Amino acid sequence: MSKIYSGAEIVFKCLEDQGVENVFGYPGGAVLPIYDELKNHQSVKHILVRHEQGAGHAAEGYARSTGKPGVVLVTSGPGATNVVTALTDAYMDSVPLVCISGQVPTHLIGTDAFQECDTTGITRPCTKHNWLVKDVKDLAKTIHKAFEVATSGRPGPVLVDIPKDIQFQKTKYQKYSKLKKLNGKGKNLFSQKEIDELIKLMSNSSKPVFYTGGGVINSGPQASTLLRELVSITGFPITTTLQGLGSYPGDDNQFLGMLGMHGTYEANNAMYECDLMINIGARFDDRITGKLDEFSPKSKKVHIDIDPSSINKNVKVDLPIIGDVTDVIKATIKTISKRKLNFSKSNRQKISKWWEKIQKWRSIKSLDYINSEESIKPQYAIERLYELTKNKETFITTEVGQHQMWAAQHYKFNKPNRWMTSGGLGTMGYGLPAAVGVQVAHPNKLVIDIAGEASVLMTMQEMSTAVQYSLPIKIFILNNEYMGMVRQWQELLHDKNYSESYTAALPDFVKLAEAYGCVGIRAKTPEELDDKIIEMLNTDRPVIFDCLVDKEENCFPMIPSGKPHNQMLLGPKDQKNNKISGKGKTLV
Amino acid sequence: MAKSKSAYSIPGKKQKLDTHIIVVWVDNEAGVLARVVGLFSGRGYNIESLAVAEIDSKLNISRITIVTTGTPQVIEQIKLQLKKLVPVHKVADFKREDKNVIFKEMALFKLRSNKKKKEKALKACKKFNVVILDETKTSYVLQVTALRREIDSMSKNLLKYGLVSTSRTGAVAMTRGAEIFK
Repeated sequence: MSKIYSGAEIVFKCLEDQGVENVFGYPGGAVLPIYDELKNHQSVKHILVRHEQGAGHAAEGYARSTGKPGVVLVTSGPGATNVVTALTDAYMDSVPLVCISGQVPTHLIGTDAFQECDTTGITRPCTKHNWLVKDVKDLAKTIHKAFEVATSGRPGPVLVDIPKDIQFQKTKYQKYSKLKKLNGKGKNLFSQKEIDELIKLMSNSSKPVFYTGGGVINSGPQASTLLRELVSITGFPITTTLQGLGSYPGDDNQFLGMLGMHGTYEANNAMYECDLMINIGARFDDRITGKLDEFSPKSKKVHIDIDPSSINKNVKVDLPIIGDVTDVIKATIKTISKRKLNFSKSNRQKISKWWEKIQKWRSIKSLDYINSEESIKPQYAIERLYELTKNKETFITTEVGQHQMWAAQHYKFNKPNRWMTSGGLGTMGYGLPAAVGVQVAHPNKLVIDIAGEASVLMTMQEMSTAVQYSLPIKIFILNNEYMGMVRQWQELLHDKNYSESYTAALPDFVKLAEAYGCVGIRAKTPEELDDKIIEMLNTDRPVIFDCLVDKEENCFPMIPSGKPHNQMLLGPKDQKNNKISGKGKTLV
Repeated sequence: MAKSKSAYSIPGKKQKLDTHIIVVWVDNEAGVLARVVGLFSGRGYNIESLAVAEIDSKLNISRITIVTTGTPQVIEQIKLQLKKLVPVHKVADFKREDKNVIFKEMALFKLRSNKKKKEKALKACKKFNVVILDETKTSYVLQVTALRREIDSMSKNLLKYGLVSTSRTGAVAMTRGAEIFK
């Protein structure tokens, strides 16, 4: 007779089978049997967070920087509801997470028991799938399937809810065997015919552009390598979304920078004027498209995506190619090299006029800003941070707001999985716990959370986690005392009525750092900035860096509300050159 | 036009709405109906009617029939989003006007009336496979199977013959001919 195990043991046997090394969690009544079992499984290391939302974001940071699923362990009731924000965030940004939650014993479900909530009901719209395990015999099978669902196709979060009595009950353990098919949900539905069609469009185009997104990064590091190859042999310009940063080298000449609401002038104009748009692993998000009716009116659109429901959701496309980005690009490159040996040469000539046009847009230098000698401009702070860290292997996380956009604009990424930011859901408070997760996965690398003072206060408690596990994360706060992006919109769209966007009683971040047992550093002037950043980089402990920046700087360029890509609002420098008065800034 | 103060785009032109019948084959497991219905409400799709029952107890498969309205783009999204759900096996979609598909709904009517009115009521329902399921001296229950709009007009019609209670199902659908949907 084979050995029998308790439900709690089975949880760990599954985690071991799945190669899980780290679990982010917080104990509570309904998961105590699982926590009791933790000591017997050395290969699974538990990271105790300070709030379950932090566990979720830490697991997201872990997942995004490694490509492996992040695992979260929480208790019933408030434990589960606290993790909902992180699950929704992971769902929007396609991050593989497996969340295991405790539940009240089966006989108490539905009685409003202590710390009971309808966890599968609450998390149904924010997970790819979830399960309530009512029979211990189903437990192993369910957890293995959960990992498979989370990591297959378009990745995303899943949740397994395990009642406390199931954790005690005993049964045999079922080993992991890969399911052949998930109800016919295959990943590659494309054929060679579509690849041929794509190549035909590419060779006929005179104004092409690649528009690539997070799908390239989710597809694995090979996809980024292949993308570089494809861009190089075609000679086409490339722009990436916020989530796609790092899939293509940020300092390459064919790279036009990020596109979208705060994207570069050249990227957005190229999107507007192109005659062929090749979308690889992006989803025509409303922050990208601007006004839909006038989105890239003259182009044929190709959409390469693993998720069939992404096709024609927001923008109607001419050629959908459903498949894993790696496989599609591989097939494309293979076909190009097989059939059109001189493809690159002939094409380069054809699109040289297009490049001239792009150079003109580039010469506007839309990311420029007016620097100051008295106060630290936030853009300058990011630039200096980039210059001083670019030769190290650096992982950047962010919170949400102006600082996030400045980081995306001014920090250049050369490798995938180095940039973790909350794009779809826009979760303030994401960056600090995400940095914890990244540092857990990469203990000897430099991990920086580029933060705003408002966002970072939402999950500040996780500094305590960083200190407990000696995770030397660097929290680089661009402190302007405002919720900057809210303030900017109020300035531009609501007649400067700065309703509730100023934080009047901020903590002293240096003292706060000391209270947490880490290091606080403050930079007040541009002159001292470099020295302070170097001091931060030389500190082998968690650091909160309070960078006091210009309070009223706005994030430009910007596509104003309801406008298409070719009607961008440029920064004050350009407005000054065009002799637009100070008022021009507010003309939206 | 007033200056937009929103950083979201303004809604585009309204397109024509079509009525479609969506048929979904799902694993008959806890919460599966909530997943399907939640997808509709969460993404703002309509449900005009819904019928669901297990059709294969061996394979544990239920068949859900949903009548919905939407633009062609929305209908396409509904199908693709449904196909993404883990317990969903396949999704079929028919236009209500489709001549190759049979649509049927069933209704039960309870009427209270005298004999004369009863005969008139039965006559009015004659075309719709009317069956008397229960009879007392003062009341009777009719079962009819028909199209939605036919049942709509019948329930209006029967008011004058003493209709006191109506109960009806959602539509179920099946293709004509020997073919089945794969």
